[in-house]
Amino acid sequence: MIKISKPWQLSENQCTPEKLYLNRRQIIGSIGLTSSLLATEAQAKTKSATTPLQLTAKASEWSITDPQTPEAMATSYNNFYEFGTDKTDPAKYAKAMTTDPWTITVEGEANKTGTYSVQDLIRPDELEERIYRLRCVEAWSMVIPWIGVPLRKILARFEPNSSAKYVQFETKFEPSQMRGTRWPVLDWPYVEGLRMDEAMHDLTLMAVGMYGRELPNQNGAPLRLIVPWKYGFKSIKSIVKIRFTSKQPSTSWEKSAPREYGFYSNVNPDVDHPRWSQATERVIGGGSFSSLFSRRKTDPFNGYGSAVAEIYAGMNLKRNF
Amino acid sequence: MKLHLTDMRVLKPLLFFGLSLPLLWLLWQWGLLFTGKTGALGANPIEATNRFLGDTALRILLLTLAITPIRDVIKWAPITRFRRMIGLFAFFYVSLHLVSYFGMDLLFSVTALLKDIAKRTYITLGMTGFVLLIPLALTSTNTMIRRLGPKRWNRLHKLVYLIALLGVLHYFFMTKGNQPGPWLHLGILLLLLGWRVVKSNSLYKFNGIKIARR
Repeated sequence: MIKISKPWQLSENQCTPEKLYLNRRQIIGSIGLTSSLLATEAQAKTKSATTPLQLTAKASEWSITDPQTPEAMATSYNNFYEFGTDKTDPAKYAKAMTTDPWTITVEGEANKTGTYSVQDLIRPDELEERIYRLRCVEAWSMVIPWIGVPLRKILARFEPNSSAKYVQFETKFEPSQMRGTRWPVLDWPYVEGLRMDEAMHDLTLMAVGMYGRELPNQNGAPLRLIVPWKYGFKSIKSIVKIRFTSKQPSTSWEKSAPREYGFYSNVNPDVDHPRWSQATERVIGGGSFSSLFSRRKTDPFNGYGSAVAEIYAGMNLKRNF
Repeated sequence: MKLHLTDMRVLKPLLFFGLSLPLLWLLWQWGLLFTGKTGALGANPIEATNRFLGDTALRILLLTLAITPIRDVIKWAPITRFRRMIGLFAFFYVSLHLVSYFGMDLLFSVTALLKDIAKRTYITLGMTGFVLLIPLALTSTNTMIRRLGPKRWNRLHKLVYLIALLGVLHYFFMTKGNQPGPWLHLGILLLLLGWRVVKSNSLYKFNGIKIARR
């Protein structure tokens, strides 16, 4: 077969390489940077936009008084598989993610669906600081001062209807900015979900900051969930979609290994992960050398049982792990 | 007497030093931790140590399997004389990996160890690999080679193929999600084993052609 090129068809070498196309903003940005180098010193000082914004927030009665994990550790050791499976990868590679502009799409069983900005969802006067223990499913824990708004206040504004029994969340998925998503570690994009009463519980926080500043990318900027009585992976990061559903939504880890991760994933020292015990946890950043070797006993519901156990009354928590 | 760089008396100590480097690095990092500094082991040094020792052990084990293909490619037979040292280093790092898991993770609890071996697939696989490595390490001396006879010794040391596979499977079963690391190591293992299969097949065919031409 003879291939006759139409005059409007471009040959491969006439095209803009995809890499250049995808980086076009960076290239334009770097032109801007060069010209700013030529600008006056006063103008050069405007680059402070890259330093994290300080946030002011009310103290909360939910906060615990345990010693806090050093900020440097909470921001350099965590799982965010979108940037790689090593726990040092998020801190190394999450800078590539663009968080401004950011939109959150609200869908499903609610009256006010649509597309919102972070500012639409987060009202500065509603910000609270909540010092919570975060218990990772990998049997380690941290104590982190989060800043955010109770999720119930945000969800109420969308006016979920009577069919809304669950709410599903979705993380941003952009392989060009999130190098970990170029390999199918999980079925991307990352999805998580809560039952409506869990989502509306006052403990459930939509966080935008930690340690008095806005969230760094590796910890789920610009907004993420914190569900302190559940294993860390339920606290989905960098949320772009909220969907109200009538049926229990699927979640990424449940899809990946249903035997190991359930929909509820409440912290439970009596239900082992098939590959390790959940009875104890290693406290990250305990301070002294000897504390490296010590472990603390894991509390049912991560210590928040008095606040949340009642919503699971009558449920078999071993079967609904 | 002058020593050349390619002399075994130079190369072997160099290799010994090279294979010791991962341990020296780890000891240095623990020294930093002991003096209250956070080094490259990060926020969870016990986990990082376990992972590092496991990775190192598996990679050195794969290196022992790479010696034959490397010899075939660079056509330098003396390279096989390094294999014993590399194999013993693999055993050494596997042992350290086990000690760090048993000591720092399980705090030397034998009941916890037995429970893990029985209950957790990846521990079962890893422990099986370690136990199978013991006879290979014990029969690595010249005396033992002589006592067993080269034929039996060779047959016994074929176990290393199974051990390497157990090591890779141990890695597969311990990771969460579908991670690239185990696939990479499986790929390398299959390449190294595949080399041997292709070679034995091609030798057979070569003989076949010779017979046909006669």
